[in-house]
Amino acid sequence: MGAVVGTLTMQTRQRRPSRDKIDDELELSIVCHRPEGLEQLEAQTNFSKKELQVLYRGFKNECPCGAVNEETFKQIYSQFFPHGDASTYAHYLFNAFDSSQNGSIKFEDFVTALSILLRGTTTEKLQWTFNLYDINRDGYISKEEMTDIVKAIYDMMGRYTYPALKTDTLKQHVDAFFRKMDKNRDGVVTLDEFIHSCQEDENIMRSLQLFENVI
Amino acid sequence: MAAGVATWLPFARAAAVGWLPLAKKTMPKPPLDKKSRNDEILFVNVSGLRFQTWKNTLDRYPDTLLGSSEKEFFFNEDTQEYFFDRDPEMFRQILNFYRTGKLHYPRQECIQAFDEELAFYGIVPDIIGDCCMEEYRDRKKENQERLAEDTEAEMATDTPLPPDSTSRERLWRAFENPHTSTMALVFYYVTGFFIAVSVIANVVETVPCRPLKGSKRDLPCGEKFSLAFFCMDTACVLIFTFEYLMRLFAAPSRCKFMRSVMSVIDVVAIMPYYIGLVMPENEDVSGAFVTLRVFRVFRIFKFSRHSQGLRILGYTLKSCASELGFLLFSLTMAIIIFATVMFYAEKGTKGTNFTSIPASFWYTIVTMTTLGYGDMVPNTIAGKIFGSICSLSGVLVIALPVPVIVSNFSRIYHQNQRADKMRAQQKVRLARIRLAKKGTTNAFLNYKEEGGFQDRDSDSALCLKNRSSFEHQHHHLLHCLEKTTNHEFTDELTYSEMCMTESVGYRTSRSTSISSQQGVATSCCPRRAKRRAIRLANSTVSVSRGSIQELDTLQVHKSSAGPQSRSSLNARTEDLKLNCEDRDFTAAIISIPTPPANTPDESLPPSPAIPGILRNSRAISYTHEAFKISSL
Repeated sequence: MGAVVGTLTMQTRQRRPSRDKIDDELELSIVCHRPEGLEQLEAQTNFSKKELQVLYRGFKNECPCGAVNEETFKQIYSQFFPHGDASTYAHYLFNAFDSSQNGSIKFEDFVTALSILLRGTTTEKLQWTFNLYDINRDGYISKEEMTDIVKAIYDMMGRYTYPALKTDTLKQHVDAFFRKMDKNRDGVVTLDEFIHSCQEDENIMRSLQLFENVI
Repeated sequence: MAAGVATWLPFARAAAVGWLPLAKKTMPKPPLDKKSRNDEILFVNVSGLRFQTWKNTLDRYPDTLLGSSEKEFFFNEDTQEYFFDRDPEMFRQILNFYRTGKLHYPRQECIQAFDEELAFYGIVPDIIGDCCMEEYRDRKKENQERLAEDTEAEMATDTPLPPDSTSRERLWRAFENPHTSTMALVFYYVTGFFIAVSVIANVVETVPCRPLKGSKRDLPCGEKFSLAFFCMDTACVLIFTFEYLMRLFAAPSRCKFMRSVMSVIDVVAIMPYYIGLVMPENEDVSGAFVTLRVFRVFRIFKFSRHSQGLRILGYTLKSCASELGFLLFSLTMAIIIFATVMFYAEKGTKGTNFTSIPASFWYTIVTMTTLGYGDMVPNTIAGKIFGSICSLSGVLVIALPVPVIVSNFSRIYHQNQRADKMRAQQKVRLARIRLAKKGTTNAFLNYKEEGGFQDRDSDSALCLKNRSSFEHQHHHLLHCLEKTTNHEFTDELTYSEMCMTESVGYRTSRSTSISSQQGVATSCCPRRAKRRAIRLANSTVSVSRGSIQELDTLQVHKSSAGPQSRSSLNARTEDLKLNCEDRDFTAAIISIPTPPANTPDESLPPSPAIPGILRNSRAISYTHEAFKISSL
């Protein structure tokens, strides 16, 4: 008799489908973001309409919802540096790109930063770089901030480098940087010191022109 | 690298501006774009259905037909479009792959046709997205199994035995596939017949026959016709033994055969007879002998060689063994609980059947399975109450797990298949990612080796392999990073070699008992405990064990800009000229010299070696020359 009851219950159990799965999936609300108009962006940046079109098509393809969050950004950036760990530097880059500090890069942020980096004046580029190094945005680059940035860059190199990384490589690199940039030896680098020091260096000035034709 | 990443490369390169103030060396020149980067719309005509897409979309996957120059073969000059004489419906999926980066498998298409289209367009099926991957794999496996079955069936009837197969192979084949030859078929049926005869004889010999004359007792037929049954049993056992020995002889791997389930069943089926033969007709052991005769019933399991269904059932039971085990466990728990309760409830009754808890087990089992034989019944009221609770819960305990087990079994079975598939797919995917990662890192290292950093306007650039502009730009980006940090990328092998030589160099300097030892924290790699005589390719030193080496000559190489081969470096050794006035060597090298890329396994002793030689050392940083110091 137990077997009979067993089989009966089994059949009724089979007949009932799982109805509750479908309900929760429709709850997701996808937030989309649309950029400003093409003319506005063209006026705000140094790109032409065609270039903006190409940029937006690529951007929209990758992020259909119109904004990149930090995780996706880190993943994308890490793909270019398979040797090491690019996540820390990507974090600093993300903060530098995200001008409104709301945790996502929209197309306007993206294009504004690219416009500065590729088509801006040297002063603007150096200013952007200063913002990148100044992690806490207090207007000064301290040694700790610089050490963090340099460590993030060296992390991207990975473990297998030639010559091998020593423990004081980082410190020496930061010290060399400060020796060059910190004119009044007060332990921090201000924007003016930074810009002046870079303008005095031929190599830096020359290299700044390298990336003009990236787009 | 993923195609969508191509769109982010310009951004990553632009972000490289952030490295510039930190860079120790000058940045390399960017690659020139040979062609203008205009984005045009391409027309693709597939059997009359016209598709249009951006050129950049197709360029995302340069190792497929549409992404490479192979599509030029299909270019139609008159209509200025690419014409493919293939299935237009499936081309939709292919084109969507370029657009979205995910390949989908349309469920209504035939799997083989889909595979052929993928092969034509040069797309690897591993890229199918997760949403369709399971379906694709299922269908593919099903198709393959069906094909395998067909070919197997074909093969079985064709008897494609190689002409020079030994008789042993032929015999084994005859045993495994009885349909191959008539003899095998005959043997197959004969053994089946004898199994049936043996089993029926076992059964019939216990049936009571009419008694002998003059006796009132009913005899079982086995004793009345004992000679006949004995002869039949002997004949069956002879046949079985013969069959077993033939199988043992023909088996390709005897150990494996002896361990298999069927052979164990065979042995168990025939052993009792032989044991009975050798055992004397002793009263004491005949009890045990009778027990052995029970094993004769195992002959019925020999039918499983003849029946596919039995084998499947056995496999099914084996695979849901854990569920059955759980059922057994929960039943045991319930039985113990109720038996205990019933025993203590009926303890007071006189002449009760519940003499002990194990005795109550029988009652509990009979009640819970709703059998209710009635040989043990509770008398007290408490006993009756608990007895009814026991029988009600018996229905639950037994009825509930059974459908759960059935549905569990089917669910877990399918899930296991899915989990195995996912695991296999995950492994494949991880392997592919690792391979791609290694490919990109190796690509960059190969690029460096092939002299990719030379000036592009020289003719030697033609010897570089044909690489996409994406790769050029990506390698330029990695090169910028190298210049920023003044370190180079290497692979694991050269890195470990370098670590070995460094640690050896450190020991060498130690043994020279140099006074001013500076403890350099070689944190790059753990110190090797054993010394090895390392044969360095270019240097002439062989570090022998325990000998005190003098670092007598320092060879200072000033390398030129481009990479050099090993032999040329050898030729350029110069003696050390310590021009102490213009440059000094530093005790602690701030930035390690960057030797040419091709020779990373040269020994490069760390700084403790240097103060030993250079008594007059002043700390200074040098900038542009690249030095290579090797110890002798």
